[in-house]
Parts: sequence; C-alpha cells; structure tokens
Amino acid sequence: MAALFKARRALGLAVGHGVRCLAQLAELPELHQMMRQTCRDYAQKELAPIAAQLDKDHMFPAKQVQELGAMGVMAVEVPESLGGAGMDYLAYCLAVEELSRGCASTGVIVSVNNSLYLGPILKFGTEEQKKQWIPPFTTGEKVGCFALSEPGNGSDAGAASTLARQEGDEWILNGTKAWITNCWDASATVVFATTDKSLKHKGISAFLVPMPHPGLSLGKKEDKLGIRASSTANIILEDCRVPLGNMLGERGMGFKIAMQTLDSGRLGIAAQALGIAQAALDCAADYAHKRTAFGAPIGKLQAIQFKLADMALATESARLLTWKAAMLRDAKKPFTKEAAMAKLAASEAATFVSHQAIQVLGGMGYVTDMPAERHYRDARITEIYEGTSEIQRLVIANSILKEYQQ
Amino acid sequence: MSARVLVGVKRVIDYAVKIRVKPDHTGVVTDGVKHSMNPFCEIAVEEAVRLKEKKLVKEIVAVSCGPQQVQETIRTALAMGADRGIHVEVSGKDYETLGPLQVSKIMAALAKKEEADLIILGKQAIDDDCNQTGQMTAALLDWPQGTFASELTLEGGKLKVVREVDGGLETIMINMPAVVTADLRLNTPRYATLPNIMKAKKKKIANVKPADLGVDVTSRLEVLNVDEPAQRLAGVKVETVEDLVGKLKESGRI
Repeated sequence: MAALFKARRALGLAVGHGVRCLAQLAELPELHQMMRQTCRDYAQKELAPIAAQLDKDHMFPAKQVQELGAMGVMAVEVPESLGGAGMDYLAYCLAVEELSRGCASTGVIVSVNNSLYLGPILKFGTEEQKKQWIPPFTTGEKVGCFALSEPGNGSDAGAASTLARQEGDEWILNGTKAWITNCWDASATVVFATTDKSLKHKGISAFLVPMPHPGLSLGKKEDKLGIRASSTANIILEDCRVPLGNMLGERGMGFKIAMQTLDSGRLGIAAQALGIAQAALDCAADYAHKRTAFGAPIGKLQAIQFKLADMALATESARLLTWKAAMLRDAKKPFTKEAAMAKLAASEAATFVSHQAIQVLGGMGYVTDMPAERHYRDARITEIYEGTSEIQRLVIANSILKEYQQ
Repeated sequence: MSARVLVGVKRVIDYAVKIRVKPDHTGVVTDGVKHSMNPFCEIAVEEAVRLKEKKLVKEIVAVSCGPQQVQETIRTALAMGADRGIHVEVSGKDYETLGPLQVSKIMAALAKKEEADLIILGKQAIDDDCNQTGQMTAALLDWPQGTFASELTLEGGKLKVVREVDGGLETIMINMPAVVTADLRLNTPRYATLPNIMKAKKKKIANVKPADLGVDVTSRLEVLNVDEPAQRLAGVKVETVEDLVGKLKESGRI
C-alpha cells in the first residue's frame, strides 16, 4: 500500500515537474520574461547603438560591463550572499541571448565571466576561495577568464603541456595558453596545468591566478575576424608562483573541472549564437519589408520568404534545445548531450542565418553601413570555441551509444 | 520622514511601435502590439525610488488602472524599487473610454485611503498626450501641484520644484501633501537589476475596483473618429520673397 502511494506521489511530482518544464518551453515564467525584457531593453538601447564602433575600435565595453554588473548580469547564478543575482541557468541563457543580440562581443564577455570563470569556482572552490575570488567579479568591475587551450592543443585538452610543480608552499607554473577570451581585460584566470605527466589527463589540475601577476604575461591581442571588442591573446607563464591554496579542486581533478565547466559554458555560447542569429534575422526581415524590387517589397517574393522561414526555423529550433538543456541543468539532471546539441545547433544556426541575411540584403549586406556583415563575422567563432562542432558531434555520439549500450 | 508616495504607472503602446489605426476608425490597433510602461511614468517611479534611497520617503505604492495586463506594468515598478502595488481593475468598454478625469478621481480616492503624502505622476501619457491627470488629481484633493518637474527637492518639509515652462525654468515651493508630475529631464530611469526583479515577485499587488473607491468610470466623452494625420504634401519652391508673400496671401495664411 505504502509503495503504491509512494509511486503515485512520484508520478504526481514527475508529471507536475514535467508539466512545469513543458510549460516553460511554451511560455517562460513571469520572472524570466521580465528579466529577458530588461536585458533586451538594455541591449537595444545601450549595446546595439555602439556595437559597430566597438567592433571597429577593438574596444572593451568597460562602462557597459560595469552597468551590467550593477544589474547582476555578470554573475547570474552566483548566490546573493556572494554578490550575484541568484537566478537559474535558464535566466542566464536568456540574458546572454538578449545581450548578444545587441552586441556579440559583450555577450561573450558576460558568458566567459559567468560560465568559465565564476562557474568552476562556485562548483569546485572552497568556501574561502569563493569568498576571495567571487565577489569582486560580480560587480562588473573585474572580469575573469579561463585558460585551457594551448598552442599545441585545443580540442586535445588532455594533452596540456603547461606544467605545475610544487616548491615548498608554492605552485610554480610554466607554459603558454592560447586563445584566451577576455585576458587583456581580466583580473584573474582559472589555469589548467599538468601536475603529474604520467597520469595523462588525470594528472591535470586547476589553479586560480590573479592578473596581473609576476611570471604571467600576455601575448599580443589577436586580430580577429569577429567579436573584436572582446580581447583574445596568449597567456605566458614563466615561473609563475601561486600559493598552495590557489589550487582549485583536488590535485588531478583539472580535466574533470574543465569538462564540466565547458558543459555549462557551451550553453552560454549557444545563447550567444542565438543572439547573433536573431539579430541577423531581425536585420533581414526588416529589410525585406523596406527594400522594393520588381515593383513590391522583396518580402513578397517566395525566394526571400523561404529564406526567412528557414532562418527563423533554425533559430527557434536551436533556442528550444538551449532552453531544454538549461532547464535540465537547473533540475540537476544530466544535460551533457543536450548542451552539446544546443551549442551545435545554435552555432550552425548563427552561421546559416547570418549568411542568408547577407544574401537577403544583397550588396547592402556586404558593407559596414548595415550590421549584417558584422553578424556574419561574429557568428563564425561560435562553431569553434568552447568545443568545436566536431567535438560536439563526438559528445552527442558518445551519449547516444551509451544509451544504446549492449 | 515617514512619507508615503503614490506613483501612477500607465501601460501604453511601446514608444518604438508603428501605430496603426483600426479599420473601423474607432481607435488604434492594440491586439498583439508590444506595450510597456509610459516613459514619463518610468521617470516618476525612478524619482520616488531616489527619494526612498535618500530616506526622505518610507513607502512607494505603484498604482495602475486597467485590465489584467497592467499587472506587468506594476511589477516593472516593483522591480525598479516600489514597495507594493495596487491594481485598479477596469476592463472592456470602461477601459477603452478611461481617461484623465476618471483616473484622477481614482488617484484622489486612493491618496485618501492610503494616507499618501505625495503623488508623483508622469506629466502625460504617450498615447493620449492629455497632460491632465496630475492637475485634476491635485484639484480634486485640493493639494498644491508641481507639474513638468525637472528637479525635485525636499526642503524643511516643503517641496522645491523646478518646472520646465515655455519661458525657461520656474522654481516654486509647495507644501506637502502635493502632486508632482515628472518631465523628461527629471532623471534617467534605472534598468531593473536581476535581484530586484526576483524581489518584485514577492511584493504584494492589491486588487481593487473603482466602485470600491466610490468612483464612477463612465466617460463623459465619446470618440467620434480616429484617423491618421494627413499625409504631408510636397512643398513648392518660389523664386523671390515677393512670390513667397503672394503665395502665402493666396492660401489665406496671411
């Protein structure tokens, strides 16, 4: 009898939870809608008007990052006790999408700070580490970065050649990290280095290093195709010394920390890609109303209509995948496969939609007078960083094969 | 200061939306159109929140009149820093014909019921551009009014209001309780912070009907027709000043 009640209650909870989840996919809860609208208003009024100039000048939007910090957007998931907004991951994804719709560079700055810097510290840090390394990075005054990739290995993360050796009460780090987003504007980084070469990927550990710091120097700012307002460069470690207390998590836990962090981080990038796709779609749809050819607005032509439909479909499909993955994560359910699907779908949507947007705009899409060319340039990186599309496919395939394990 | 402020917030069609007249010419299309808080009401809320931050005001009550949807507008005010909300339920035909006279009667009744010391409203709404509600509310309550405020300070229990008038800026001192209407340059409204949006959810919105306040919302006005402004016609170029004067006389302008 008791078992029956237990089962019925479990079903009720499951149905209730399932219904809630489904309802959220169909229509966001009021809180999330308000939050999305606030971010949209901010992005349209404060980011969109300056995005082209930021891109041209390679300029870090320091003022805007501070304003976003004041709004709580730089630390969405961080609990209020540590200075964050204390909201869930779905809210974070909504925020990043809306901000990226205004300026993709600002979107990635927000995403890296939230997911790649604050994320691992929240999850793996000691109480003391959290108190030291989180609060200053919630206000927008300081941003963090994540140093995993090296010149010799990106996708091959297990082959970290940056070394860390212990000397007395210090760790000494040596090596070079590549493609680090935010690094020229960052005040701290999470660095991954090999502590035990013989253990291969189980011999990698994570370290917290303040910036600037003796022994840590930055390479030249990369001259990128897109997201130019966000700085990307090498981090060079030459006998960089940090106290023992700066190790994040246990010794040898680095690879696990990196992979789990990237699982979440890729939802932030999915959201960024969605924002870029949406902005490109906005541009194309608006143009279709205004531009006339053959005696009518081009929106009347089936060729354009089919394009707009495909663009909207790609974006909305990727958006639902992203929301689902975020909701699974918020429900503390496994979400690795869904996150990889979301990132893959969203980044491919961004490149597809921005490509077609230029096509809809014709010649106007190719010049800097319209934002379409910037969306095209910004979109491209989303298929590469935080896990290439190829890696995402491997992650998904792995998951599928596990499900069908013989 | 234990002052209680009432702030009126109106839900209007968003300023960026292209307005379309309904085919039957009885009004403008509102279905499925984006709505948001009237920009001058945002400024009013912001001013109230700043007064509270300066500890000159103890409680901010956001008020809106209309159907269920206006609760979104009240929540936005709560997210900006108002303490609680009052939703005055008006729907259907009554809502379509709701205007400054009825709203000011409602505001006056609420001010008495809530024992408000200050009412801050936007100077006008961007849909009807009436610029009447603040003035009528003050008259109904027999309170002093500081309209088109571009600066508001409390000085020794009185309100110093700098008003934007046609000739420039006018500074007046008025006693409390009073009605102030916010003009564009009074302040720049803040973006709601995420923590405040979360807190807004827990704040209370009370529901009340106009009849409960003894207010009759029947309109004394009947809208006969709504039309788009006339299309702007092309101009005419003339050669000399004499030609210009001739043309102006011809069309009866001078």
